[in-house]
Amino acid sequence: MASARPLPLFAGIIKDSFLAGLIAALLAMPLLGLRLVDSVQGLSLDTRFNWVLIAGIVVFLGRLCLALAGVFLGQRKERRGVAPRTASRTAKQNSWRVVMGWVLILGALILPMLPFAERNLIDKATLLLIYVMLGWGLNIVVGLAGLLDLGYVAFYAMGAYSYALLSQAFDLSFWACLPVAGLLAAWLGMSLGFPVLRLRGDYLAIVTLGFGEIIRVVLLNWADVTGGPNGLTGIQRPSFFGLPFSASNAKGTTFHEFFGLDFSPDHRVVFLYYVILVLALLTNLFVLRIRRLPIGRAWEALREDETACRSLGINPTTTKLSAFSLGAMFAGFAGSFFATRQGFISPESFTFMESAIIVAIVVLGGMGSQVGTVLAAFLLVGLPEWFRDLQQFRMLAFGGAMVLIMLWRPRGLLSNREPTIRLHKNASPDDATEGESAS
Amino acid sequence: MDYFVQQLINGLTMGAIYGLIAIGYTMVYGIIGMINFAHGEVYMIGAFISLIGFLLMGVLGITYVPLSLLLVLFIAMFFTAAYGWAIERIAYRPLRGSTRLAPLISAIGVSIALQNYVQIAQGARVKPLQPVIKGGFDLSSGSGYPVSVSYLQIMIVLLTVVLMTGFTLLIARTSLGRAQRATQQDMTMAALLGVNVDRVISTTFVIGAALAAVAGTMVTLYYGVIDFYIGFIAGIKAFTAAVLGGIGSLPGAMLGGLLIGLIEAFWSAYFSIEYKDVAVFAILVLVLLFRPTGLLGRPEIEKV
Repeated sequence: MASARPLPLFAGIIKDSFLAGLIAALLAMPLLGLRLVDSVQGLSLDTRFNWVLIAGIVVFLGRLCLALAGVFLGQRKERRGVAPRTASRTAKQNSWRVVMGWVLILGALILPMLPFAERNLIDKATLLLIYVMLGWGLNIVVGLAGLLDLGYVAFYAMGAYSYALLSQAFDLSFWACLPVAGLLAAWLGMSLGFPVLRLRGDYLAIVTLGFGEIIRVVLLNWADVTGGPNGLTGIQRPSFFGLPFSASNAKGTTFHEFFGLDFSPDHRVVFLYYVILVLALLTNLFVLRIRRLPIGRAWEALREDETACRSLGINPTTTKLSAFSLGAMFAGFAGSFFATRQGFISPESFTFMESAIIVAIVVLGGMGSQVGTVLAAFLLVGLPEWFRDLQQFRMLAFGGAMVLIMLWRPRGLLSNREPTIRLHKNASPDDATEGESAS
Repeated sequence: MDYFVQQLINGLTMGAIYGLIAIGYTMVYGIIGMINFAHGEVYMIGAFISLIGFLLMGVLGITYVPLSLLLVLFIAMFFTAAYGWAIERIAYRPLRGSTRLAPLISAIGVSIALQNYVQIAQGARVKPLQPVIKGGFDLSSGSGYPVSVSYLQIMIVLLTVVLMTGFTLLIARTSLGRAQRATQQDMTMAALLGVNVDRVISTTFVIGAALAAVAGTMVTLYYGVIDFYIGFIAGIKAFTAAVLGGIGSLPGAMLGGLLIGLIEAFWSAYFSIEYKDVAVFAILVLVLLFRPTGLLGRPEIEKV
C-alpha cells in the first residue's frame, strides 16, 4: 500500500517526527534548558538552551529513522509474508537454544585460558556470572512460579551477611558457611513468604519490595551486629581446599607454594571465577531438572492458572512457598560468594536497584528461559561494565534500554511459555501456542 | 499533649502531600490495572520544576508571593503533566494488552532513566530553597512544648482540600469523569460505546502528574531541600497509602495518605526515627494480609 502513495506518507512521517521533536524540546526546556547552579549565595539559574535544541533534533531524527525503517521493513515483510510458527520451527528454535547453551558453557569454561583474558576481564565475567546465577535463581520464582518478587535482594543480602558474620564469629571457612548461608536465606524466604504468598500479582510485588527495603533499613540501623552504614570489612577470602591465596602464610603453605608456582594475585581471581561458574551451573542444572519433577510442573501450572490448579488439588501455598524459598536459597549462595569476593559488604550493595536489575534480567531474558537470562544479564550488566567511563550516562542508558527492549519484545528476548514436558507426546504444540503466535 | 498536637499537625501536612501523590497511583491502577512505578519520579520532576520556577520568578523580579506561587504551581503542573503524558505515550501505551509484567518492567525502566536524567541535568547535590512563605500561628498554651502551625502548613492542607473537592466533582459530574469511570469498569465496552479510551487514559496520566506536581511544589516549600532521589521513597509511601485506602478508590487514596502521614509522624515522634519507613511498610503488609481490598475498596471478584 505504501508504495502507491509515497508522498503523503512521507509527509506524514516528517510531520509526526517534527511534532515528536517539538514535544521533546518542550519537555527538555525546564530540566535541561535551565540548570540549578550551587553558589555561595545559594542557588542560581544558568541557561543551557543548546541542549534543548540538541534533544529536540535527536528525538526528531530518531523518530524519523524509526518510522522510515518501519516502512521499509513493513514492505519487505509484506513481500515475504510472515512465517507461521509451526511445530518444526519451535523445535528448531529449541534445539538451536540448546546448542547455544553448550557453546556458552564451553566458552565460559575456557575463558581464563584465552590469550586476551586479563585480570580485568575475568573480574567482569565474575560479576556477570553472579547476576546470571541470581537471574537463574529468581527464574524459579518469577519465570516458573509466576510470582513477581521485587525484594529478591533481601535474600542476597541475607546470604552475604550470614557468611560474613559466621566466618567472623566462628572462624569458619567459605565452604562451611555456604550451605548455612543458603539455608538461612531459604528460611528467611519461607518466613517472609508464608504470610504474603496468598496475595496476587502486583500486591505481592509491592509487599516483597517493602520487605526488601525493611531488610535494608534494618541492616543500616542495627549497627551492633551489621556494622550499620559502614558495613563489615575483613571478610575471609576463600581458600583452595585450605590453601589460601596469599603471598605468604604463617600457619602453613599457600596455594602457590603448594603447587610450586610463582605468586600471582591472578590465581585468586581465576579461582573465584571458577567457583561462581560452578555455582551458577549447579543452579542451572537444578532448575532444569526440577522443572521436570511434579513440583516444577506444579509451579508452571500455577503460573498459568491458579484457580484451575486449586481445583485439581494442588496446594497453592506450599507450592508457591517452595518456589519462593528455593529461589531465596540460590540468592543466599550468590550472596555469600559476593561477600567472599568483595571482602567487604555494606547495605549500599543491597538497594532496590539490585532487585530491579535482577527482575529485569529475568523478564527481559524471557521468563523461564535459561539462555535468555544469560543474554539479558550480558546486555544489562556486562555491556554497561565496559562503559564504566561514561559513569553518569550508564544508568540512564540502562533504564532506557529496559523500556526499549520491553517495547521491542514484550515477552522477553527468548520467550518461552511452552510447558517443560507434555504428557501426550503426539499432541501438537500448535494448539497451545495458537493465541501467542501473534507476538 | 502539646507535643501530640504538634505531631498531629505535622502528620496531617505530610499526609496531604502523600494523598496527592497517591491519587496518581490509584487512578492509573483503577483504569489500566498497572502499578505506575514511575509516578514517584514524576513527583520528583514536579519538585525540581517548581524549584526552578521559584528561581525563575526571582530572575524575572516577581516578588509578590501569591502571584509567584500561582505562576510556579502553573508552570510545574504544566510541564510535569507533559512528562506524565509522554511517559504513558512512550512506555506504556504500546504495551497495553501485553503481559502483565511488561508494563511494570517498562515502568521500572522509566523510573531509573528519569532519576538519572535529572541527576545528569541538574547535578546530584541536594538543592536548597530559601523559605518563600514564612511565619505562622503560635498555639502554645504558655507552658510546655511550643506548638505552632505555619501558614505554609495551612496552605498545604487547604490546597489539598480544594484540589480534592475539584477532582471529586470532576469524576462525579463531568463527561470526562463519566468516561473515566466507564473505562475503569470495562475498557472494551467503553470503547464500543464511543469512549476514546486512549484519550481517557492519557488524561488520567496528565491529571495524576499534575497533582503530583502540586505535591512536589509543596514538598519543595515545606522541606526546603530536594534531590533527585526523593521520588523513590515518596512513591512507595504514596502507593502504600493508595493500597491502605483501597486501590482504585479516590477518597481511599486521600484517607490512606492522611493515615500514612500520621503514622509516620507519630512513629518518628514516639518510637524511632530510623525505623519510620519500616513502620510504613509493616502497615502495608498488615493491611494486605488482613484487608486486601483496603479500607474503602470494594472486594475483588475472582473471575475464572
